[in-house]
Amino acid sequence: MKARIHVMLKNGVLDPQGKAVQHALGSLGFDGVNEVRQGKIIELELAETDTEAARSSVDEMCRKLLANMVIENYTIELES
Amino acid sequence: MKTAVIVFPASNCDRDAQVALRNTFGSEPIMVWHGDATMPAVDLIVIPGGFSYGDYLRSGAMAANSPIMREVVTQANRGVRVLGICNGFQILSEAGLLPGVLMRNANLKFICRDVWLRVERNDTAFTALYTQNSAIRIPIANHDGNYFADDDTLAGLNQDNLVAFRYCDEGGNVTDGANPNGSLENIAGIYNKNLNVLGMMPHPERLMEAELGGTDGRPMFQGLVEVLAA
Amino acid sequence: MDNSIKITPNIIAEHGLNAEEYALILDIMGREPNHTELGIFSVMWSEHCSYKSSKKWLKTLPTTAPWVICGPGENAGVIDIGDGKAVIFKMESHNHPSYIEPYQGAATGVGGIMRDVFTMGARPIANLNALRFGSIEHPKTRHLVAGVVSGIGGYGNCMGVPTVGGECEFDAAYNGNILVNAMTIGLAETDRIFYSAASGIGNPIVYVGAKTGRDGIHGATMASTEFNADTEEKRPTVQVGDPFTEKLLLEACMELMATDMIVGIQDMGAAGLTSSSFEMASKGGMGVELDLDMVPQREPDMTAYEMMLSESQERMLMVLKPDCEEAAKAIFDKWELDFSVVGRLTDTGHMVLRHKGQVVADLPIDPLAEASPEYDRPWVKTVAAKTAATVTGTVARQQPLEVLKALLATPDLASKRWIWEQYDHMVMADTVVRPGGDAAMVRVFGTNKGLASTSDCTPRYCFADPIQGGKQAVAEAWRNITATGATPLACTDNMNFGNPQKPEIMGQFVGCIDGMGQACIALDFPIVSGNVSLYNETEGKAILPTPVIGGVGIIDDISKCATIAFKDSDHILIVIGDTLGHVGQSLYMKLAEPDNKTTYAPPLVDLESERTNGDFVRQQILAGTVTACHDISGGGLLIAVAEMAMAGNIGVQLDPAFTEDGSINDWMFGEDQARYLLTTGPDNSQALLQAAQSAGVRAMCLGTTGGETISIDQHGQVALQDLRACHEGWMPEYMAI
Repeated sequence: MKARIHVMLKNGVLDPQGKAVQHALGSLGFDGVNEVRQGKIIELELAETDTEAARSSVDEMCRKLLANMVIENYTIELES
Repeated sequence: MKTAVIVFPASNCDRDAQVALRNTFGSEPIMVWHGDATMPAVDLIVIPGGFSYGDYLRSGAMAANSPIMREVVTQANRGVRVLGICNGFQILSEAGLLPGVLMRNANLKFICRDVWLRVERNDTAFTALYTQNSAIRIPIANHDGNYFADDDTLAGLNQDNLVAFRYCDEGGNVTDGANPNGSLENIAGIYNKNLNVLGMMPHPERLMEAELGGTDGRPMFQGLVEVLAA
Repeated sequence: MDNSIKITPNIIAEHGLNAEEYALILDIMGREPNHTELGIFSVMWSEHCSYKSSKKWLKTLPTTAPWVICGPGENAGVIDIGDGKAVIFKMESHNHPSYIEPYQGAATGVGGIMRDVFTMGARPIANLNALRFGSIEHPKTRHLVAGVVSGIGGYGNCMGVPTVGGECEFDAAYNGNILVNAMTIGLAETDRIFYSAASGIGNPIVYVGAKTGRDGIHGATMASTEFNADTEEKRPTVQVGDPFTEKLLLEACMELMATDMIVGIQDMGAAGLTSSSFEMASKGGMGVELDLDMVPQREPDMTAYEMMLSESQERMLMVLKPDCEEAAKAIFDKWELDFSVVGRLTDTGHMVLRHKGQVVADLPIDPLAEASPEYDRPWVKTVAAKTAATVTGTVARQQPLEVLKALLATPDLASKRWIWEQYDHMVMADTVVRPGGDAAMVRVFGTNKGLASTSDCTPRYCFADPIQGGKQAVAEAWRNITATGATPLACTDNMNFGNPQKPEIMGQFVGCIDGMGQACIALDFPIVSGNVSLYNETEGKAILPTPVIGGVGIIDDISKCATIAFKDSDHILIVIGDTLGHVGQSLYMKLAEPDNKTTYAPPLVDLESERTNGDFVRQQILAGTVTACHDISGGGLLIAVAEMAMAGNIGVQLDPAFTEDGSINDWMFGEDQARYLLTTGPDNSQALLQAAQSAGVRAMCLGTTGGETISIDQHGQVALQDLRACHEGWMPEYMAI
């Protein structure tokens, strides 16, 4: 089973990289971009076949390592 | 007195810390490999700067989850002094020994330069030989030194007087212009509640000798020698 | 990409081989080569690996001295610095990859040169880089500067090696071909230096480090052709660097090298497994059998061709002593790196490659390596520019301090702090002189000695007169080291030129080599390693000839080293050497007459006065009479004065006795060679001037330090803070857009 994890900065946490991208888009002439937030996607190939078991194990991975709960949120997508 | 330096894959200031400890404590620190499950009994643990695990994922995140860090946490909770410098600060915060997080510098660039730090208090083992509110010159060298914490955490740090150093100008004034990386309230280093753990982005071990451009880092190590011997 | 591919004239041409070269291949093989074999020939005989156009001339350079342990031919040059310690260093270009993908191109360039140094047993202790970009108006320049600088920092910072120096210039001649030349200096024990020659029939050949992927296949041939409109489509051939893996590889190699298990070791750089295995076997006169199934692979279904030509980074090949595999493997296991016995040494003189049970290539080693083509390319001597310049127009009529402000804010002379603050220049806690001065200096770990290093070249001089330009590049490197009080010991060269098949480009190359050789001999400054980058042309337009010299020197006691900063008030400022006001090819001329296309003569380099003046300055520094010292180079005398004042935050009152019939601006901004500025305490100046006279060295008092301004008698004054705003302002403002 494949897990895709999106890690994003929490709302309200300054995102300097997102700001820089927004600025760069503006200077390329792309107007009307009100906000840019940059996050990351992490893909896992899991041996687990049970969706619920996979979700709970990936959830733990996120809390322990893949995201920093002080500043980041995450969402998990599973595909079998 | 015994000291230890923890070495992670791609720590790169481990030798610098080793030399600083050797030259001030007068004895060889124990170099502890990250894979070691046990930690020798020591009086001071230094987590050095570098790019543990390449700074991949987030600076310090993977090192914080290594077996040796569980030992460091245990020792810290027993009162052993722990000094995390640069990547060491990032690891301590990822490991939960210190609150908050070090984010990408506001200008998105790696910054290596001398900065001025205001010594917020001098009643800890780490700052005993500094003068309170004095400005000391210490270099920074990092990509992720931008200290962030939520409002409650920040209020708590201030209330408990746990900020160790703030970026300031040469005269000791904490100003926006003196903030190199966007850190909240110019925070450059913080203590844990028991004041036995210090995490700081600047590198005191790099300015220990006049020939290398300054000696403002030396009192930190010299002070630890005196406090730990007492 | 397998061996069923038929070898057609088209395939041969795609591999960058001409008809003559292919005929030679048929002759060596005695049959038609298969696709894998053809690929191997093409990279081994590429300009990048074979130096076929440059070899004839490189051989003429002086490469020996009593302190040289190993000159060109190994991964890097080795010199003896006493106390059983050796310094191992080299400079290498990564120009083409950096233009295509600036971050990764520059990063892997830094990674590659560090491997060249630590493969010989030296821990890298300093990095430098010489960068040349196109015009500041060119739309790609900012993007390239930002990417290259962060790539260099990203790799070097993670490795924990301080980046202490370098140079950065801008010129439209580099619009389509930027130059990224990276230099690494390492420290080794003289009795633990490792070479690449393989020996011992049956000894295991071991692959360590990162896995092999399809990275940069044909990077070496890409570095050997001109750019054209399609080049930007070649992106997939760019390698990606992993400094984390390289840091582990460095530590693992250092640990292994402390044992006695290695016979020979060679990093896998350009042309990867092919070049490293051929070099080791050829140097040792051995044969090689490789089992490609044993090569650690990152991607599925890789062919023999791809594995042999891959330029995946962070890999090493070594030959171990018998029965050492287990102990060696334990070290690499500890550092979580791949370790695989991929073959054995044989006595056949052949390289035999097996893959999936079949022999996929069988090549004779010596004929391939030794019989690689060497060309005596036609060349025409560059007519040295003779025209003497005078500067006219509005700038010439300005007061010198106004010109100074304008010059300090030009891209070539503006502070490069924006760049070097992105490099960790203090890690290893031995940096004595940080970037921004003449030579940088790091302490030799565990001693009181200082190692000075610098990189220098003035391409506009080389273009106008290759012989003078070649001399000047060497002389300036030597001077920069001397200005710290260190004794220059040896240098490395990075020869960046256009298409060698054009006789006028070849003429630039030959001229520069001639000048460099003369200067190396006169200054006892041999060239011990180097790299050649040709075909730096885009759509027929070549770069300026750019032979970059990276120099190193040693001082016995770092407390004696001189820096450029004024130290105190009331010190006497003295200029050493003849100030004649030569403005041809000067940055002052470039500022004053930007549209003047006349090729004026560059300043003459008088090697005898270089030697005499430099030796005098060094003696004075070591005797302790000098409080600050700076060499005078691009921008001339007043620029050097301003740099010293800004560095020390102390002003100076100048009262120069320049000749009244010349222009004061020519005198202040001319670029005459063999000159230094130094300061001395108020009581020492007369003795120093007398010592200069007895040594046959021209010395003249210029003024007295103090205050917060630079003033020139009867020509006004300017505040240091205004100068600093000009000097520091340009680059951050330029890059902010």
